[in-house]
Amino acid sequence: MTGLLEVDNLGKRFGGFVALESISLSVRAGERIGLIGPNGSGKSTLVNCICGTLRNEAGSVNFDGHLLNGATAHQRTRRGLARTFQLPRPFASLSVADNLRIPLLYTVAARGGSHRSAKDLEARCIDLLREVGLDNKANRLPRELTQVEMRKLELARAMAAEPKLLIADESMAGLTHSEVEEILTLLKRLNEHGVTIILIEHIMRAVMSFSQRLVVLVSGRKIADGDPDTVVRDPEVERAYLGQ
Amino acid sequence: MRSGLFLLICLIVGGGVFAAALALGNDYYFFAGYVVLQYVVLATAWNILGGYCGYVNFGSAAFFALGAYSTVAIHRLTPLPIPILVAIGGIVSGFVGFGMGYLTLRLRGAFFAIATLALAVVLETLIVNWDFVGGSRGAYIVRPETIAPFGSYIKYLFMIMMLLAVGSVTIARLIERSRLGYGFATIRDDELAAEASGVPTLRLKLIATTISGALMGCAGAPFPYYIGYLQPSSAFGLDYAVNSIAMPLIGGTTSWVGPLIGAILLGSLQQIATVTISSAVNLLIVGFLLVGFVIVAPNGIIGLVHKYLQHRPDDMVGRRRVSTDAPEVAP
Repeated sequence: MTGLLEVDNLGKRFGGFVALESISLSVRAGERIGLIGPNGSGKSTLVNCICGTLRNEAGSVNFDGHLLNGATAHQRTRRGLARTFQLPRPFASLSVADNLRIPLLYTVAARGGSHRSAKDLEARCIDLLREVGLDNKANRLPRELTQVEMRKLELARAMAAEPKLLIADESMAGLTHSEVEEILTLLKRLNEHGVTIILIEHIMRAVMSFSQRLVVLVSGRKIADGDPDTVVRDPEVERAYLGQ
Repeated sequence: MRSGLFLLICLIVGGGVFAAALALGNDYYFFAGYVVLQYVVLATAWNILGGYCGYVNFGSAAFFALGAYSTVAIHRLTPLPIPILVAIGGIVSGFVGFGMGYLTLRLRGAFFAIATLALAVVLETLIVNWDFVGGSRGAYIVRPETIAPFGSYIKYLFMIMMLLAVGSVTIARLIERSRLGYGFATIRDDELAAEASGVPTLRLKLIATTISGALMGCAGAPFPYYIGYLQPSSAFGLDYAVNSIAMPLIGGTTSWVGPLIGAILLGSLQQIATVTISSAVNLLIVGFLLVGFVIVAPNGIIGLVHKYLQHRPDDMVGRRRVSTDAPEVAP
């Protein structure tokens, strides 16, 4: 069966440095995947290639039956591929609610979505903010938010694009235990609503509790892909994380 | 406020200004007012790309000059009414703006700014070597002394520039409150995040360069009739490049009000300085004010007002606040 996302032999170089080497990955609709690897293993480069921020030099990315090679980042978002960033990148001059208005205006509307009138847009923004617990900060500017609220805004903005697949790139970095739980609950709830999720994370407790499948990258290569409990006991994975 | 009503109010205000200048009974006010209004158009046009999208254009003078030289070229072929020349100037400059955008918008920050400056230098060189429009010698455009029903021709030019100023401010306000305006704001804030939210950044930047360039061209089109003798150094003058950047910066770049206030304030100050001291101090005034504002009020006069009123930027520029059931948390 063809997956929602099919990455086939993806390759990316930065000059002489091989960032990704023949990465293949198949993601089925509704899956929760954890993508792990040490710093510099190519996780973010892979995400950037999948989302169109970087162009892959080899291989292909197919999403929902469409070949995405050559498609720009916004075209991929409109196809249903959303992402969050490692460091939150809110639209600083726009209010929290307006940050969510952007994907509604440019992605959902471009797909012919129903949130057309200003009133509908506003109601949808508030719904999304309520879901992530930011409805009381709708008119604030992003700089007035705490770290966890900023992460939630990032997630809400990705959710506003009504994605089929969400790639959460280190959405829990720098958060406390309870804050990590909050984000995990959000992601699980989103997955229950049918959104496929790839979680990139260093917090293994979060990854293990969230993922149905674990993919491990090391030095631009995929070294493991399977059931999380099996993958973390894989000797090659142990070597990559703990050394020889 | 709806755009139609806004336009009507602007037209009424514009009519009032015209009537006030008439009541003063001295054509000098029309000459001075024309220059101030011309800067309203230039500053507003610059702000669409520089303020809304965050792309600093140092080549404003090139677009202005293109409008002016389009008029000279057409005038040499067949004299046409000024409103038609304004439209032609706008189309020519808009087309060049689109081309410039296409070639340079993959550049960001200082690189984009330098590329726009280079465009101005290239265009000036072309005009200097184009004999048909006078080349380095310049070109004379003899304007009629009078025109019905305005009487003196300068009143007619003033009215045209007034309509252009009203039009450009209305366009800027319309953009600011539209889907396009939100898209521009995301480009200014974070292009990567904008693309990830589905914003077609390259297309939007092309729209911004085209609109901005076209409005600057419109402002330049009546200029040969105003000045009477057009030479490259006057059309490509440093004043236009500097003023069209300084005015929005001093007024405030995030809203249509900023360039309007900046242009009226700075333009009027320069006109007063021209008659009381010398036109040579105009750029000095701009320099001092710019340095002062960068230090004291980096967000311009609008920023100062917001700070004073403890308002959020979106309150004044028309971004609607959303109402929620949840009690709002104090910042």
